[in-house]
Amino acid sequence: MPPRKLLTGVMLAAGSLAGSVLYRRRAARRLERVDLYADDGSMASLADGSPDADRLLNVARDLLIAAG
Amino acid sequence: MLRRVDAAQALADLTEISSQVVQVAIADADGQVLASTIDDPGRAERFVAGVRELLDDAERLGQSRGLPGVAQLEAATLEGSIFVVRREGRLVAATTRPDPTVGLVFYDLKHCLRSIEDAPAKPAARPRTRRKAADASS
Repeated sequence: MPPRKLLTGVMLAAGSLAGSVLYRRRAARRLERVDLYADDGSMASLADGSPDADRLLNVARDLLIAAG
Repeated sequence: MLRRVDAAQALADLTEISSQVVQVAIADADGQVLASTIDDPGRAERFVAGVRELLDDAERLGQSRGLPGVAQLEAATLEGSIFVVRREGRLVAATTRPDPTVGLVFYDLKHCLRSIEDAPAKPAARPRTRRKAADASS
């Protein structure tokens, strides 16, 4: 195989891999969150990455382990 | 019409109708476990204690964001979600697998709480009177 074609193939594969990793990270970030609902119907969503959400998410992870 | 049942029956009904919940615990205002799918009572108590901690933290955060009071919450992680609903002093908490149908789980948990009847008050014990021997002989 000519070196140029090989290089193109490798670059395409690397690009696909990097894109896949980035997509998964973004999807994971979207998944991890805490939603709080009040009686009056109002709601607050804490996204992963904020200190407040991280604390609650850590408690939630401990609970998932504790519950089994 | 809603059938009123005790906590154990409400738990059984919930696990029967909801395929999404994995573990569930129902507790009263004092954190006493009323019913749970977690077999080990100690583990169930620790789970409920953790849920109350989660609710307390959520309450503080909610107030700082202008929420009048947290009635229910979902904490979604990659490993699964924790759902908590509280109403009239009782709470029901459930774990689910990742990416559950949020509305359905909340609906089932709220239905579960509504279906629990208040424990019937024990009738007051009648004061035991002992007839004195003197009374008996008269």
